[in-house]
Amino acid sequence: MVTLTDRLDYTSSMINNQAYCLAVEELLGVEPPPRAKYLRTQTAELQRIASHLIAVGFFVQELGAFGTPLMYSFRSRERILDLFEMLCGARVTVSYMRPGGVFADAPRDFWPALDRFLEDFEGELAEIEQLLLENEILMVRTRGVSPIPAEVAINCSVSGPVLRASGINWDWRKQEPYDAYDQVEFDVPIGSNGDNYDRFCERMQEVHQSLRIVRQCIAQIEPGPVRLDLPLVLRPEAGREAYGRVEASKGELAFYLVSDGGISPYRCKIRSPSLINLTIIEHLLVGWKLADMIVSLGSIDINMGEVDR
Amino acid sequence: MNCQLATDSVLYANGLYRVVYNLAGSFLPCWLAYVIAGLVIIFILVNAVLLGAAVITWGERRVLGRFQNRVGPNRWGPFGLFQPIADLLKLLTKEDLRPQGADRIVFALVPILMVAPLILLTAVIPFAKDTVLASLNVGVLYILAVSSVSSVAIFMAGWSSNNRYAMFGAARAVAVLISYEVPVVLSLLGVVMVAASMSLGSIVEAQALPFILVMPMAFLVFLAGMSAELNRSPFDVAEAESEIIAGYHTEYSGVKFALIQAAEFGGVGVVSAIAAVLFLGGWSGPWSEYLGWLWFLLKTGIVVFLFIWFRATYPRLRIDQIMAFSWKFLLPLSMISLAAVTLEVYFLRGDDGFLTTADLAIMAAINAVVTVVSVIVFGNLIRDKVTLRTRQPRQVAVPGVPTIEVS
Repeated sequence: MVTLTDRLDYTSSMINNQAYCLAVEELLGVEPPPRAKYLRTQTAELQRIASHLIAVGFFVQELGAFGTPLMYSFRSRERILDLFEMLCGARVTVSYMRPGGVFADAPRDFWPALDRFLEDFEGELAEIEQLLLENEILMVRTRGVSPIPAEVAINCSVSGPVLRASGINWDWRKQEPYDAYDQVEFDVPIGSNGDNYDRFCERMQEVHQSLRIVRQCIAQIEPGPVRLDLPLVLRPEAGREAYGRVEASKGELAFYLVSDGGISPYRCKIRSPSLINLTIIEHLLVGWKLADMIVSLGSIDINMGEVDR
Repeated sequence: MNCQLATDSVLYANGLYRVVYNLAGSFLPCWLAYVIAGLVIIFILVNAVLLGAAVITWGERRVLGRFQNRVGPNRWGPFGLFQPIADLLKLLTKEDLRPQGADRIVFALVPILMVAPLILLTAVIPFAKDTVLASLNVGVLYILAVSSVSSVAIFMAGWSSNNRYAMFGAARAVAVLISYEVPVVLSLLGVVMVAASMSLGSIVEAQALPFILVMPMAFLVFLAGMSAELNRSPFDVAEAESEIIAGYHTEYSGVKFALIQAAEFGGVGVVSAIAAVLFLGGWSGPWSEYLGWLWFLLKTGIVVFLFIWFRATYPRLRIDQIMAFSWKFLLPLSMISLAAVTLEVYFLRGDDGFLTTADLAIMAAINAVVTVVSVIVFGNLIRDKVTLRTRQPRQVAVPGVPTIEVS
């Protein structure tokens, strides 16, 4: 089942794994060892950076910038995928996290590679921000376009960067800390107008916060086991149900599992952020120009793998 | 049959034409020599435009690759130089599709009508001293007249394709072309006034100081306007691939598509050449006057690089913002530039009606200040206008969902 969650939102498979594992652990009533929690937090944040980079890159690509911001984003994303490859051998469909911990401890040369990446990424991120944040044309095209007021955002139950860009301080990592998020310090950036520019800046700011979390994880992580000694085939008690919820890169991702005592869940309901965020499309598009349409659609960063799951 | 070209002919300045004509005229009737000499020149120019377009596609892809941390085409030939030929061969083997309900004749005419003005434009461009097909005394007027044919071609493409997106693209392209024609013409008027001639050869000779220094504002307006007329970033709304597929050439395939692409990239080359002639001093340069073609190519290359640089950097503007940029920003700037140049020419010119190099230097000094001030003033004006004009979209009620008030 974990491998299936990779395919949901293929730009943030780590976080999908995490949500599913949290649900299964709740179903079993177990808790992973602390090192595994830190590894999960750290890889999830790296995945969030990668996902936001894609979102920002394609957002500006849809504005008509011919590939340059996208290639800048992908340069850094490639490094993150390389790190994932060191962790679990896969780059996109990672299946790194398992119920009761993670698949394996990080190899020895992972940590220096991560340090090198963080060092280089500062400069790469500064380049992207220098190119985009104060870009006159980008600001003219996106500021004040398709604003989502806070009430509309709540009523449509959107989540993630789209909700926060509308000025609502709501982040499941703060509201209901899971894994090691209660051990690390980070801020939740908040937008004010909820327009396309705010949604874009929100993601750039979240990348900075994710970097902070990764740094703290590296400082705090301690040696220890990374996986509980669970049987290969899990048979949760019949009739139990669990709700595993994470703040994915696109919003609130949750798995609702019901067990009938078998080896696979009796029911598995996925609350995917892309589908729910797509419901504000009417508020985004009606009354705006054709040229703004695809840009607004890009600003909510949907992933069709998750919409049509 | 000893034909000699009359010295008052517009073609007399063209050395190659003269040589071919006299050679052929020594044993052929004069009218045949006339045609043969013309065909030789046409053959050279057509191939120059199309090969130039090929080189520019290759250069653009390589340079964009460098801008974007990637390699670009490098497989076929040295540094991937044969890539355009491979692309062309691929396009030639493609099926030549025509959409149902399309206007056959107009649809087929478009690629020709797009390439033809480019080749016609090269007729008046002086590649080096005395190397021009026809040194027309109304060269600048000719350029403006011929280059506006391409807007008709674009509209024909949109109209005949029987495709909504093509029509959108065509309508956008025509709106942009008409809006940007005005500031471009106004900025060229200044050039004509200072050079006291409309012939491109005389304009080059008048540039003791390159006109980019004498009239920096006119150059900026010309560059922005031409960038819009070529449908290049950040004004490429006519073929905005994320909005309207490929705009006016959505329905074109195969060899017609190849010709349209050649016209687009060739257009970059020709416009850069015109910019080099009008503002950068054309073939004039240090060392030997036989190196004129080198300076000309170098200056053209610099302008082409500028266009590629724009494309690699900027996102696309919206159509209403493009219109605002033309009418509210470029038009006032070109008018100020024209007024300043007019006054300066009036007061500085000598009794013979011409300007000396010292006069040009004085003009450069004054115009530099005027440019900086007016760009800053109008830049801030238009920025306020565009960014403050936010509007609330129509509120959409979600039926059956109670509204939660947020404090």
